[in-house]
Amino acid sequence: MNKKAAVGNKRIIASTHVKLGQKNKKGQTYTDPNRFFFETPGTANFLTGSEVIREAIKRASIDMSVAYPITPQSEAAALIGELYAEGYMGDYFRGESEFAVMSQCAGAAFGGARVFTTTAGPGTMRAFENFPMWAGARLPIQVCVTCRGINSPLSIQPDTLELYFLLETGMLIWHAETAQDLFDFILKGFVVAEQPDVHLPIAVCCDGFFVTHTKDTVMLPPDDVCLPPYDPYKSPVVCMDMECPPVRTMRDPFVMKSNYISYAAHATWQQEMRAACDRSRKHTISLLDGLIDAENTDREILIVASGTAVSQGREAIRLLEQEGVKVGLVKIKSLRPFPTQEVREATKNAKHIFVPEFNMAGWLAREVQAVIPDNHRVVAGPRVGGGMTLPSEVIVEEIKKRLGMKVATLASRGS
Amino acid sequence: MSKEKIQICEDLYDIMPPEYQDMVENATYGKEGRGWKDIGESKELIEQHSLCAGCPEAIAFRYVLASLPNPENTVMVGSTGCTSLVFPHVAVHNIHSLFGNQNAVASGLARALKVRFPDVQKDVVVLAGDGATVDIGLDMTMQSWFRGEKFTTICFDNELYANTGGQESGLMQKGFVAKMAPVGKLFDKVRLPEIAREAGCHYVACLTVSKPQRVEKALRNAIFVAREFGPTYIQLYTPCILEIGKQSMEGLDEMKSAETVGGRFVFKEYMTDAVKDFLADLEAKEKAQKKTAKKPVTA
Repeated sequence: MNKKAAVGNKRIIASTHVKLGQKNKKGQTYTDPNRFFFETPGTANFLTGSEVIREAIKRASIDMSVAYPITPQSEAAALIGELYAEGYMGDYFRGESEFAVMSQCAGAAFGGARVFTTTAGPGTMRAFENFPMWAGARLPIQVCVTCRGINSPLSIQPDTLELYFLLETGMLIWHAETAQDLFDFILKGFVVAEQPDVHLPIAVCCDGFFVTHTKDTVMLPPDDVCLPPYDPYKSPVVCMDMECPPVRTMRDPFVMKSNYISYAAHATWQQEMRAACDRSRKHTISLLDGLIDAENTDREILIVASGTAVSQGREAIRLLEQEGVKVGLVKIKSLRPFPTQEVREATKNAKHIFVPEFNMAGWLAREVQAVIPDNHRVVAGPRVGGGMTLPSEVIVEEIKKRLGMKVATLASRGS
Repeated sequence: MSKEKIQICEDLYDIMPPEYQDMVENATYGKEGRGWKDIGESKELIEQHSLCAGCPEAIAFRYVLASLPNPENTVMVGSTGCTSLVFPHVAVHNIHSLFGNQNAVASGLARALKVRFPDVQKDVVVLAGDGATVDIGLDMTMQSWFRGEKFTTICFDNELYANTGGQESGLMQKGFVAKMAPVGKLFDKVRLPEIAREAGCHYVACLTVSKPQRVEKALRNAIFVAREFGPTYIQLYTPCILEIGKQSMEGLDEMKSAETVGGRFVFKEYMTDAVKDFLADLEAKEKAQKKTAKKPVTA
């Protein structure tokens, strides 16, 4: 399934937290991320995506979580509540709407807490004003977005359109393909987002139902280890706890004057946010073994995808291989920062680049088109929306049509 | 925190701004019984204000900051509006994030501070305008009260949207002609103090800022009660002289007339019986303390 990450000499900056090696009240040992991720042996478990979120948070040393019901994240949010009842975090409650929940998370993060929450689809949209605020205020909150449809008529089905809206919020955006990705991304996401030279919010996204509600085999480290706690005093901005001098410390660049200096202050602040996002690359590369996974990129035909579209692409490649058509694969794990150089390098031999997506907008195709030369090579599709599945056969057909090969029509398939 | 956290390293003392030096020398962090009478005699926790000349909100800010019982461990949460123009000049940590979400931010903040500092009394105080508190943020204002969140909410009620230029707000009087109420406001001033009482606030006060002693008392009551019992609410009339057509020097008169018999801001206070007993106890203790302090030293 997932390409095994080569440990090699990949390392993340070691934790220097004073509590390293000590035990928390649940008897878990605060463990350096290098040891936690690269040296702790795991065991196989068969779990739903929601249960995987619980298992990640159990080991994440979070201080707080705020919950609100919306399908398909409700189960995960409730399971985190159970962890709270068991004593794995300092506080947990149900907010009154996603807008309020994300503001409550902001308040907790302003106060120096490590905060995790989950949302989906319309909830993401309801919360939206908060996300650029989080990024501008440099709050390293993690939100797990279990994507679902957002348009009327009402749908609870998987659809990744909301991800398009999230791309320019200034947050780090990672897109998990599998339950294993989800587990790894949640834990590694805290480590990257909280680096002093990054210190940005992160959205760890997955496709609703396909990942949250199906069972998958996941390697889990033992539950007696956990991440070191968050140290709010390593933040590049002041922690709002009155433990340091309080002089003119409004954290966001609150500038309402109409003059050059105020425009420049705001512009540089935004540039710095984006630079911080770029600076996350080095940490992400160490922890995720690159922003992309690439297989057989010497081939003339490539599939570039993120999320569960990668799995469908992988199966399409297997089917095409049976017919003698060889196709390579690029799996994009980090959407922000976008792996511009990696995608350029991986696609340099390709003549045809297919971008299958679970949304009608085709945002990933646009992202790829925007960064590669000769972007007529990109075929923006196939795409499905509204919770439709994306059968591997549809990807196979798209590729064969482009190559001028004979394809069975959809209507005749199976007859 | 008290003052040790703001001490200046000796070598850098002379290059620090004089306001900062003044704060280290003369601010009243950690002072027992600090209050509005310190204004003008010590370094105030508000450096300047960027409001209109004569704006009652500016003096309300001074009274509030002078009366915080525990500024060295107080974090304030604001919202968008005229108040957010003042907060950058305030010497306690303060958060502006969005418009209307102040009570949600404060809920997360108060809980996080409780988790991180279980043995320290950290006070969280929300201070926002009436648009933020009653209109766009009413949901989050009330939900924080329903949940019994332990912090104080202060609303600077100027009965309109001042910072955006005088539009109708929910706390505006019925019939008042304003932008977006071109034929006069069609419904009554929202009765937020009563709503606060019913929504779970243990202490509610509604008053003008014409009498600093009264503002100080209400604020201290609200903060002490919030620590022990749960949410508290204070509504302060801070008229927008600009938008109601008054001169700079007329703010005080406007407040005084609004608080006379039959006015919209006759002083009112609601509290539970338990809070009544608690505050009476507190007052008795404070009196006893003052008495002891006054006793001549017998050598």
